[in-house]
Amino acid sequence: MSTEALAEPPKNYEVRPKSSGQFEDDMGELLEVSMGPHHPSTHGVFRMDVVLDGERVVKLKPVFGYLHRNHEKIGEGASYLASMPYTDRLDYFCSMTNNWAYALSVEKLAGLQVPERAEYIRVITAELTRLVNHTCLMGFLVQDMGALGTPLMYAFREREKILDLFESLSGARMMCNYMRFGGCRCDLPTGWLEQAQKVVDEYPRFLDEYERLLMGNEILMARSQNVGVLPKELAVSAGITGPMLRASGVNYDIRKVDKYGIYDRFTFRVPLGDHGDVYDRLMVRLLEMRESLGILQQALKSIPDGPVVDPRAKLRGFKPKAGEAYGRIEAPKGELGFYLISDGSPNPYRYRVRPPSFVNLTVLEDMCLGHTVADVVIILGSVDIVLGEVDR
Amino acid sequence: MKDLESIKQQIEAGVAGAQVSLVPNDSPANQPSLLVDAAHGLAVATFLRDEAELRFDYCSNVTGVDWMETEQKTKVKQVFDGEEKEVEQVVKMPGYLEAVYHLYSMELRHGPLVIRLRTKNRTDEVELPSLTPVWRSCEFQEREIYDLYGIVFAGHPDLRRILMWDEFKDHPMRKDYVEPDDYEYEPTPHDEVLAKSKAHYPAEVKP
Amino acid sequence: MLGEGILKGMVETARNFAGSYVSKDRLTTVEYPEERIAPKENARQFPFLVFDGNDPMAGLRCVACQICEKECPPKCIYIEKSKDKKPDFVGKMQFYPATFDIDVSVCMSCQICVEVCPFDAIKMDQEYELSNDDRFGGLLLNKTRLAKSNEYYGKMHPQEAGAIDESRLKTKEAAEAKVKADAEAKVKAAAEAKAKEAQPPTAPPNKGA
Ligand code: SF4
Ligand code: SF4
Repeated sequence: MSTEALAEPPKNYEVRPKSSGQFEDDMGELLEVSMGPHHPSTHGVFRMDVVLDGERVVKLKPVFGYLHRNHEKIGEGASYLASMPYTDRLDYFCSMTNNWAYALSVEKLAGLQVPERAEYIRVITAELTRLVNHTCLMGFLVQDMGALGTPLMYAFREREKILDLFESLSGARMMCNYMRFGGCRCDLPTGWLEQAQKVVDEYPRFLDEYERLLMGNEILMARSQNVGVLPKELAVSAGITGPMLRASGVNYDIRKVDKYGIYDRFTFRVPLGDHGDVYDRLMVRLLEMRESLGILQQALKSIPDGPVVDPRAKLRGFKPKAGEAYGRIEAPKGELGFYLISDGSPNPYRYRVRPPSFVNLTVLEDMCLGHTVADVVIILGSVDIVLGEVDR
Repeated sequence: MKDLESIKQQIEAGVAGAQVSLVPNDSPANQPSLLVDAAHGLAVATFLRDEAELRFDYCSNVTGVDWMETEQKTKVKQVFDGEEKEVEQVVKMPGYLEAVYHLYSMELRHGPLVIRLRTKNRTDEVELPSLTPVWRSCEFQEREIYDLYGIVFAGHPDLRRILMWDEFKDHPMRKDYVEPDDYEYEPTPHDEVLAKSKAHYPAEVKP
Repeated sequence: MLGEGILKGMVETARNFAGSYVSKDRLTTVEYPEERIAPKENARQFPFLVFDGNDPMAGLRCVACQICEKECPPKCIYIEKSKDKKPDFVGKMQFYPATFDIDVSVCMSCQICVEVCPFDAIKMDQEYELSNDDRFGGLLLNKTRLAKSNEYYGKMHPQEAGAIDESRLKTKEAAEAKVKADAEAKVKAAAEAKAKEAQPPTAPPNKGA
């Protein structure tokens, strides 16, 4: 298929149930179902208008905005610093990476330098966040497939250990609000590195266990292989990022491409999938966690001493010069970007979040067409959305 | 990536009639952008995607910006009855809505190239060409701009509201948006909010 | 063999089940409220106001500068400046908050008020059992409910509080020394003036020449 043909969205806007009297062909009786917004498999308040032909999906339109609080408008009304705690609430699983993306954009806008130690702390916390996110997602996804409870609880048990680390570092388990423009809020507490080292050392055991528990499971394979295939060309055209893109075989990881922070100092590989189906997405995440552990081991060994914040960064009365900047990082879910326009006042003139899971939802319909309702649930699960970020 | 000036020349050579101008950016980020005229927006986008040297196959971020009318005061010298006088002249700069696209190339791994499209004004001539036929990733993001800013994207396959509900009227991200006065009673300690909440609180239980 | 993967998974589940009886690692939860995990030192819940000495209202460090009110992202702090002034710890006359309310049902525990306060007057508490049956009044904390002693803060963060106390002590000493020096200088100046008066007035220097 040519790029053009794939890039076209499915043309089925006119598909309506037969009972509406508009549709006359031999498709049989179509059934329109509203899945959600209070459906446990939609990972939040999210709705899909699905038109079914028997069990098959012939049309699927995601409907969201139930959590819309106009985060961007709030950001335009608040000072640069005051937006930082709000970014925690975008993707509430990954507050550390959200903080980082925002701090990175403001640093670009204001030209601040981040001290060495702070860069290391950022890498460590971001990779721990990736572990948290992928661990939980795998739990959620197999829960969607019907493995009720057990794998999810194992995942949460491991997540707890990392959240403990976050709590003793930043004071909060999930809403960390830890990074600041030009560095981090406070230095690591004593003994934190040893604790983190212990968690990182023990994590592979859990991953091995998880792999034995799930990855060879025949039911899981039957449910997820060849389901929700996302072709490479479509993935690129639709701006899919993160593990979902790499599961389709596109080698694009912003940690490698932009080398933001100090990612060029670490050796790690970028796992790629072959088929772009749900199983690949699951597997890519599992492999990514192992790479993250590798980065963590290197970072924990080589973290230097020093200050954690740029002395030029002001906390009160922070006013960058007029201009604009777009900064992006590889968040666990994909490319998380912040686009800021400053007019020289204490508030940004424009504050835009480029949320990865919102853009990744673009292809939900393309992936679901022709599959059954039960598959829709796991395809959505494999996209890895968080509604706090989709709706903003 | 090539510098912006040569990309501009390349576009002008490749797309007949396209008017491209450079928008400077003074911040240390150093991300200047290209302003493309709306009529050739689609052609320029297709060119940027397909040109072998550029290959911007990935449109990362699409967003709207609202620029209000501004007043610029300039002093001009005018001749009155043979006498030269300095008169203050107020020039009204018209407002416009802007769509900003951040492009990257996954194949050649470069970027970002920032292109901007501007509407004629903020009220009735708010149409821009949709770039969804070029990059699928614009589909939801253009819908979001339509929803929050009110730019109408011609050629968008499914232009509906996305975050607000369908019956909603205004465009909440515009700078002159006034939020509806429909507070529920919330005794926050802050004056304005408190005043609003008091106004909506039933009389018999007024705090 | 079909089913091998499932069997392997079962073995894993069994291992975890048995392991949860012996290994602390496999069972991370405790039976709240009978059992509690001690809060981490950095843990934060809601802000409180620090006071020195024994009288909460007289010893409040807050000088009602309203920086925190301005910076608080959800705007849940409400401060009214006092009309009069009272001496602070170095004896300088300062305003104090006539009203200081924090709506903890709105507060998002972000700690920004603590970071921006230049007087170390507001700190984060670790009290988390705040459930209340009065949604409106019970969660709107006023000055009296917010004020907590410096000792309480010191118990939570011994190092930080120690450092703050030390620097405050230094400022105080410096201020006292300055006051003393000023007083001495005054005495000296007065004495000199007296001595001058006692001396016969000398002729003013001739400027015009
Ligand atoms: S708590 Fe601190 S910042 Fe807030 S008004 Fe008092 S002195 Fe000022
Ligand atoms: S912790 Fe944050 S939300 Fe709460 S009072 Fe302080 S600044 Fe406001």
